[in-house]
Amino acid sequence: MTRIATTPHGKLSMAQALNRALRDAMAEDESVLVFGEDVGPLGGVFRITDGLTETFGANRCFDTPLAESGIMGMAVGLAMNGMRPVVEMQFDAFAYPAFEQVVSHVAKMRNRTRGRVTLPMVIRIPYAGGIGGVEHHCDSSESYYAHTPGLHVVAPATVADAYTLLREAIASPDPVVFLEPKKLYWSKEEVEIPAGGPGIGRAVVRREGADATLIAYGPSVPVAMAAAEIAAQEGRGLQVVDVRSIVPFDDETVCRAVRSTGRAVVVAEASGFASVSSEIVARVTERCFHSLAAPIRRVAGFDIPYPPPKLEHYHLPGVDRVLDAVDDLQWEDA
Amino acid sequence: MENVRPLAHNRCMTPDHDHLLPSARPVVLIDSGGRPVESAGYALPPDDHLVKAYEALVVGRRVNDQAYALVRQGRLAVYPSSHGQEACQVAAAHVLQDGDWLFPTYRDTVAAVARGVDPVEALVLLKGDWHSGYDPHAHHVAPQATPLATQLPHAVGVAHAARLRGEPTVVMALCGDGATSEGDFHEALNFAAVFRTPVVFFVQNNEYAISVPLARQSVAPSLAHKGIGYGVPGERVDGNDVAALLAVLGGAVARARAGEGPQLVEAHTYRMHAHTNADDATRYRQDEEVQAWVGRDPLTRLDAFLGGRGLLTDQMRESCAGKAERIAAAMRAGLAKDVRPDPSELFAHVYSAPTPQLLEQAALVADELSREEGH
Ligand SMILES: Cc1ncc(C[n+]2csc(CCOP(=O)(O)OP(=O)(O)O)c2C)c(N)n1
Ligand SMILES: [Mg+2]
Repeated sequence: MTRIATTPHGKLSMAQALNRALRDAMAEDESVLVFGEDVGPLGGVFRITDGLTETFGANRCFDTPLAESGIMGMAVGLAMNGMRPVVEMQFDAFAYPAFEQVVSHVAKMRNRTRGRVTLPMVIRIPYAGGIGGVEHHCDSSESYYAHTPGLHVVAPATVADAYTLLREAIASPDPVVFLEPKKLYWSKEEVEIPAGGPGIGRAVVRREGADATLIAYGPSVPVAMAAAEIAAQEGRGLQVVDVRSIVPFDDETVCRAVRSTGRAVVVAEASGFASVSSEIVARVTERCFHSLAAPIRRVAGFDIPYPPPKLEHYHLPGVDRVLDAVDDLQWEDA
Repeated sequence: MENVRPLAHNRCMTPDHDHLLPSARPVVLIDSGGRPVESAGYALPPDDHLVKAYEALVVGRRVNDQAYALVRQGRLAVYPSSHGQEACQVAAAHVLQDGDWLFPTYRDTVAAVARGVDPVEALVLLKGDWHSGYDPHAHHVAPQATPLATQLPHAVGVAHAARLRGEPTVVMALCGDGATSEGDFHEALNFAAVFRTPVVFFVQNNEYAISVPLARQSVAPSLAHKGIGYGVPGERVDGNDVAALLAVLGGAVARARAGEGPQLVEAHTYRMHAHTNADDATRYRQDEEVQAWVGRDPLTRLDAFLGGRGLLTDQMRESCAGKAERIAAAMRAGLAKDVRPDPSELFAHVYSAPTPQLLEQAALVADELSREEGH
C-alpha cells in the first residue's frame, strides 16, 4: 500500500515527486539504500520516504539509531563498498553533528585516494524557512556545503526539478547535498514522470524579461517569480533565473542572462555575509562587468540567527524587498 | 581555588566494577496500585516531600494538557508534551537545591516550571515570540535544548566551573532515550567522569524517539548500563513512581555533591501523547500499547498511596486542583496576548554591540516599516 498517491487532477506535490524519485531509483538499482531518523514506518517527518520500507523492505529503507554522525559515517562505508546511500538529515540544523563526516570524509574521499575511492551518495536535507518552525528548524545551510570542495549542492524549486534532480543526484558518481525547500514540499504542479529538464550543473531561465534579471534558487524562486509578475504589471520586464545547481555553478547560463538585461538582483534566504549569494554576485561581476548598468544587488537573509516564527517574515526576502532592490538599479541612467 | 578537591584516581582501575552497574530491575517504592514496595537501598521519601510532589504533579499535568489545548487553538506553534512523564519532571526539579542547575530539553517544560520558571515565559519558545523566553540565571535553568544531547557537555562545563570555585553546585542534565545514541551523550559522560564533575545525567526513557522504538537505539541491557564504560555508576528507576524517583535522583544528587562524581539515572516511563501535536503516532504504535500504560499513571498512583495513608484529603486535592487551574488560567491569559514582537530585537542580541552591517540591516527594516505606516 502506498500512502502517497497522486491527487485526482494528476497534480503532484514536491513531496510526492521526491517520493517518486526515491521509489523509481530504488526499483531500478538494488544498491540504493535509504536511511536516517524516522524514515522507516513513519515515512519521515515530512513523509518523503512514505511507504518505502513497505515496498522495498527494511533492508532497503530503515531507521537508524539517533546519531547524524553515525548515519553519515556509515553511509561513507556503504558507498565505499558498492552501495548508493541516500541519507536523510531530519532538519537542516540537525545535520551539524554529521558535519565532521561531511567535510572531512564525504567531500574529500575521492581526492585523498586519487579517485580510487568514490562516494556516490546523496544527503537529503529539508532546508530553509517560511514554515513557522521553532529554533533549529529553519537554517539555510547551503553556504557551508557549497564552500566545501568535493560536494555537489543542488536545490530544486519546482516539482519537476525535485524529481529530475533527485534522480540525477542518486545516479551521480559524486556526493550530492540535496536541499529540499521545506516551504515548497506541499506546492503542486501538473507533471509527467519522468519529468525531464536539464540535470545537475545547469541553471534555467524560468521567465523572460528584458529589463533586469532576478537570480534565485530553492525557496526564493517563487518569490522572484511573484516579484516579476508584479513588476510586469508595473511595466518592467524581469527575467528570472533558477540556479538549481549551486555546485557546480552554471556561469554560462547565469551570465548570458545578466548580459541580456544589464541589471541583476540575487535573492536568497541565507544570511548574505560570506554566502552563496555573495559568490554569485562576485562571479557575475567578474564576468559581466562591462555589461552591467548598475552594481548587482542582493536581497538575502539578514546576518542574524534564524528568527523565531513571529519574526521570520521580517528576515525572509519578500516580494516588496526584491522590488525595492530592483528600483535601486540606477534606472535614471537608462 | 584552594578548596578544589583533587581529581581522584580512576575507580575503573579497581577490580570490582559492580558498584557501577544498575539494579537488576528498576527501583520501585510505590507500585501502580499505590501500594508500598520494598526496594533494597532506598527508603520512601518523607511524607511532606511526597505531598509537595503530589501538588507539583497535579500542576504539571495541568500545564501539559493546557499547553496541548493551546496548540489546538493556534496559540502555540507546537508542544512536545510530557503527559505521563510528570513524575520524572517533578522529581528532577525537587531533588535540586537553589544553587543547583537544571538542563532541560524541549520536552521538559514541566521540569522547568517545577523549578520555578513561569509557564508563560517557558512557552515563549513554542509560541514563537522568541527562543528562550525566561532568564536562565533566575532559576538556574538552562535554555531548553532542541539539538539532541548537545546540552549535556554544557552541563558538565557548568558543574566543572562550580567545582573549580569550590561551590557545592550539582547539575541535573536531562535527555531522552533517543538522545543517548548521539555522540555528545557519550562525550559528556566521559568528560564528567574524567573531571569528576557533579552532574546527574537523567535519561527519561519513554520508549520512543519520535517513531523509533528503543530497540533501534540500543541493545545494551539497559540505558543505565551505559555508565560503566565511562566509570559512571548507573541506576534505573520506575519513571512513573515519584517516590522512587525522589529517592534515586536524590541519592544521585547527594553522591555527586559529596564529590563522588557524575551519576547516570535511567527512568522507565512512557510518552502518552504523540511526539508533538504534529506527529501521527498511529503510524508506528498500537493503541493497546498506550492503554497498557494508563494503569501506571504517576498521578493516580501517588494519589492512591497518599490517600490510603490519610496524607491526602479531598480538601487538599481540591486545593491542588485549584492551584493548577489558576496556573492554567494564567497560561491562557498570557498566551492570548498578541504582543507584536519588535523586529529591532532581531539585531539587538547577536553580539555585545551590533556590527556596522547589522546596523544597516536594522535601518532597512525600520525604513520599510515607516514606509508601510506612511501608506
Ligand atoms: C541533533 C538532532 N537530531 C534530530 C533531531 C530531531 N528530533 C527532535 S526530537 C527527536 C526524538 C528524540 O527522542 P528522545 O531523545 O527519546 O526524546 P523524546 O522526544 O522521546 O523526549 C528527534 C529525532 C534533533 N532535535 N536534534
Ligand atoms: Mg524518547
